Amino acid sequence: MTRLAGVVVLATLFLAGVAAAAPPNAADLEAELVCPVCETTLDQSNAPVAERMKAFIRVRIAAGDSEQEIKDALVAQFGTEVLAKPPEGGFGLLAWLLPLSAVVAGAVAVGLLIRSWSRRRGPPPAADDLDPQLERLVDEELARFDS
Amino acid sequence: MASRARLVAQGVAIGLVALLFVLLAWSLLHDDGGDLAKQANRGDRPTAPDFTLERLDRDGELELSSLRGKAVVLNLWASWCIPCKDEAPYLEQVWRSRRDDGVVVVGLDAKDFRSDARRFADRFDLTFPLVYDGPGHTLDGYNATGFPETFVIDREGRVVAAFAGAVNGEEERVRLASAIDEALST
Repeated sequence: MTRLAGVVVLATLFLAGVAAAAPPNAADLEAELVCPVCETTLDQSNAPVAERMKAFIRVRIAAGDSEQEIKDALVAQFGTEVLAKPPEGGFGLLAWLLPLSAVVAGAVAVGLLIRSWSRRRGPPPAADDLDPQLERLVDEELARFDS
Repeated sequence: MASRARLVAQGVAIGLVALLFVLLAWSLLHDDGGDLAKQANRGDRPTAPDFTLERLDRDGELELSSLRGKAVVLNLWASWCIPCKDEAPYLEQVWRSRRDDGVVVVGLDAKDFRSDARRFADRFDLTFPLVYDGPGHTLDGYNATGFPETFVIDREGRVVAAFAGAVNGEEERVRLASAIDEALST
């Protein structure tokens, strides 16, 4: 059992190492970077600057750069707006946290509303709240039914 | 009663959407740049945000405040911007014709490859000072809303006039010449 766990851990480490060593994929990068002219991702744009950026990505991949190094190089020349996804840190973290906060706030608001509606409706009327005349009629009908 | 309330709600919703469209159209038609441009064009003469940026046309850096005492025509551009290509020859002409009067045209290239920017300068035979701000941090200070934008700065470092879009038509050229005269007269 211990041997099997060891093999699994080693295999996982090996696969992670292979993935890390693999060169970045140009198509993936083009889907994660934005053309400054048309403001769509590079894979959706054929603007001259987008073509230049695609060429730059290919050259840097061939030179052995990692995905992060290529992104950093483009951010240095075009600003953070070139990233399709905001950075997961600093000010960019807000873009991730705000929608999440909105979902949580919405869920809390819905919960509070449901609670307030169920309270407003109140408990069902007690049996002794029945109109005495109506109660008598019901009793008479039940007696007739029983007989 | 309920259907009347629904009709009113639908009417209000359609009215709000129509109002948003009108606001959008109005803002597009009256786009004259960001806050700094608006202040300048109102005659408030806001201080031009200073910067120190690497030169594109030669080694070293250029500090905007080092040009105090001269009128500066600061042009924000990028090599991929089509209107920038249209106005570049005219800005070069302004530089060549007014430099002896104490006017400096400064081209600030941003969000661009350096190599593309240099090719652009060669193609249009630009000889005025060019600086490079890849990430475009300087643009925020000028509240730039796009490329190109041009700011005329007086001898004391205050913005006299701003142009959103290319300085290309006759009207903009007359306005630029008048703004340069005003910047030189302070």
